[in-house]
Amino acid sequence: MTEVTKKRTCSLKFKTWWRKVVESTGIEKFLATIIAIIAGLLFGLIVMLVINITDPFVAFEGLGAILTAGFSKGVKSIGEVLFRAAPLILVGLSVAFAFKTGLFNIGASGQLMMGSFLAVFVGIKTESWILALISGVLGGALWALIPALLKAYRNVHEVVATIMMNYIAMYSSKMLIEWLIFMPIHQQARPVPTGGQLPTLGLDKLFNFPRLNSGIVIAIITTIIIFVLLEKTTFGYQLKAVGFNREAARYAGINDKRNIVLSLVIAGALAGLAGAVIYLVPAQGERLATKHVISNYGFQGIAVALLGMSHPIGTMGAGLFFGYIEAANLPLQRVGFKREIIDIISASIIYFSAFTLFFQIYARRFINKMRDFFAKIKKKPQLATAEGVEIETLPPNEEGKEGGQEDDRK
Amino acid sequence: MTENKSKFKVFLAKLPKLSKKQIITIAVLLVLYVLLAIFTSDNMYNLLTLTIYSAIPLAIVAMGGMYSERSGVVNIALEGTMMFGAFVGILCLSHIQHAGIDGQHIIFLALLIGAISGVIFSALHAFASITMKSDQTISGTALNMLAAGLAIFMGRALSLGRTEEITFSSTHHRISAIPLLRHIPFFGKILFEDIYLISLFGILLFIVMGVIAYKTKFGLRLRACGENPHAADAAGINVIRTRYIAVLISGMLGGIGGVLLIIPTTVSFIANVYGFGFLALAVLISGQWKPSRIMIFAIFFGLLRSIAFGFAFIKADLSHIAFLKTFLDKLPTDILNMLPYVVTLIVLAFTSLKSRGPKAAGEPYDQGKR
Repeated sequence: MTEVTKKRTCSLKFKTWWRKVVESTGIEKFLATIIAIIAGLLFGLIVMLVINITDPFVAFEGLGAILTAGFSKGVKSIGEVLFRAAPLILVGLSVAFAFKTGLFNIGASGQLMMGSFLAVFVGIKTESWILALISGVLGGALWALIPALLKAYRNVHEVVATIMMNYIAMYSSKMLIEWLIFMPIHQQARPVPTGGQLPTLGLDKLFNFPRLNSGIVIAIITTIIIFVLLEKTTFGYQLKAVGFNREAARYAGINDKRNIVLSLVIAGALAGLAGAVIYLVPAQGERLATKHVISNYGFQGIAVALLGMSHPIGTMGAGLFFGYIEAANLPLQRVGFKREIIDIISASIIYFSAFTLFFQIYARRFINKMRDFFAKIKKKPQLATAEGVEIETLPPNEEGKEGGQEDDRK
Repeated sequence: MTENKSKFKVFLAKLPKLSKKQIITIAVLLVLYVLLAIFTSDNMYNLLTLTIYSAIPLAIVAMGGMYSERSGVVNIALEGTMMFGAFVGILCLSHIQHAGIDGQHIIFLALLIGAISGVIFSALHAFASITMKSDQTISGTALNMLAAGLAIFMGRALSLGRTEEITFSSTHHRISAIPLLRHIPFFGKILFEDIYLISLFGILLFIVMGVIAYKTKFGLRLRACGENPHAADAAGINVIRTRYIAVLISGMLGGIGGVLLIIPTTVSFIANVYGFGFLALAVLISGQWKPSRIMIFAIFFGLLRSIAFGFAFIKADLSHIAFLKTFLDKLPTDILNMLPYVVTLIVLAFTSLKSRGPKAAGEPYDQGKR
């Protein structure tokens, strides 16, 4: 008898939990995100089709390459996804963190470039990866400090200010590299010695992918720290309060200017950390090149943050997703597509994820329909064992139906 | 005699009344003008022509931004619109020229194509930010990325050389001189000698668009939508339609600005408009959303930009001063390249504190929300 009641309470608990999940806005958002991803992939397919109008099969091959990138070569592919995801997660966190305070950090690229320059410079000079990592963080933070101060005290819009800082970073990092750590033969910076490279922690052997390193571990730890900071501390609460309504927060006694500065500086520090993680890679890592190009990572970071709904955990998921797509780079080139198709797809995913409010309505309808459908199926067996049915279990279905109709009216 | 005097008085009364401040500024400008006309060297003229080539696209694109923001839609996608307009316009130009057709009208055709593609591209932004009520900054950023990706990806597939670099010839498309106008001191030499006709067209377009925005009924309605859309709606203005038109106009100006930037300054388009769309936004903000100030700041930023491009001209003029010469020789070009962006930040730091943009810019219009 006790076992039966235990089972029943257990199933009840599960049911209430399930109801919570189904009716929360979280699931709507998740479904809306999935819709945005599918729409973005479809747009990428259309572009590939338009380019290869004579041979449409190639376009489908390209899409296939993107979709299977994460498991086509087994463990090695997973290793590559993790390797690509680490910096994306960190840049995504940078943008997401600023978003939480109502700031749009479009300048993650510049912060990343300055962070990576300082990290590589210190890595070459001191051969200590910890110092290199710390100086990367400092570089990004310092680069974000200027627009942060301008925003807080001079009311300069952070979007324009950080974009200007991107261009300044582009020229000054090129200049600094040429001045301090240049290798003229290859037109790029000198390689970082082994002591300055990130430790691999045996991950490279575990996944059989030589470039995989502790970057992904750093990314995960940082995600947890940021999550705790935002959700469990007073400081995080203050940041979010300023983001929701600066005037109201000030009225409540929160120092809005200090919080704006701190939020953008922390965002910059995260971007700088990402820069360090990109360029302190063991084996054949990327080298700092001296070109007049703004790093693409900052813009990908925006995509990651938006897709992750600016939530730290969501950002980590989105970072893994974009790492998955990035891993398709080589297979795509084998089919004959250059990597810009990945940029096009991530851009269109952001564009469509801007429609989330609209998609959310459809997601809600879809969820309600599915729920009603399952409720209909379940109803008969439930009635058959009528004695076991408690009053609590029946109303939800009816409520659900009403709720569904209400939402449809929207 | 007395009659004459009274006539003169009537004539004086008819003149618009000027405040003391205005009279002083006019006098200062006149003196500056005379000084410039007397003392400007040939190198300076070259530098100023370069300035015109970057100032006009900046002004046109900032005007586009003004239309969009005055109607209540923040348009960060201007950079992408410029890039897309320049990409399609230059791609068509390159193909037409390759087919053997060439001439002044072909350049104007490229401008038209750029304008149309700008309109099409900005329609995406209009749809997202007006109909879908999505975050305007996010949609703009997405479109900027999309334009850069498309320009490289499609450029590789469609350009003649099958690379992202689209080449075209533009050397013989300058007008040698415009009669009469060329004799105006100073301006004649900068604006009406050895110049691209499309640049002059750009100036004309800027003036026309400024007049439309500030002197017509449509302009008034447009600005009302950006200040208080609910009041505008109550007054019988179709807010949604007005905003759509405004964003499409800003796309048109963005596309034109892209082509106007690329044709006079380079001979190839490599999926890059040097951040001019963003600079135009800075010009718009420091110009306080007003056409005349936008023009002034555009010329200012254009001058900064041309200092990097036309550094040789400055060097040539200052080389007779020994210590300046060694200094200029050692100055890295990257510092000069950085200059417009650094100065933008400084200017913004001084102008933003009191700046007041259109009140409703950035907010999607929701009829139910009052």
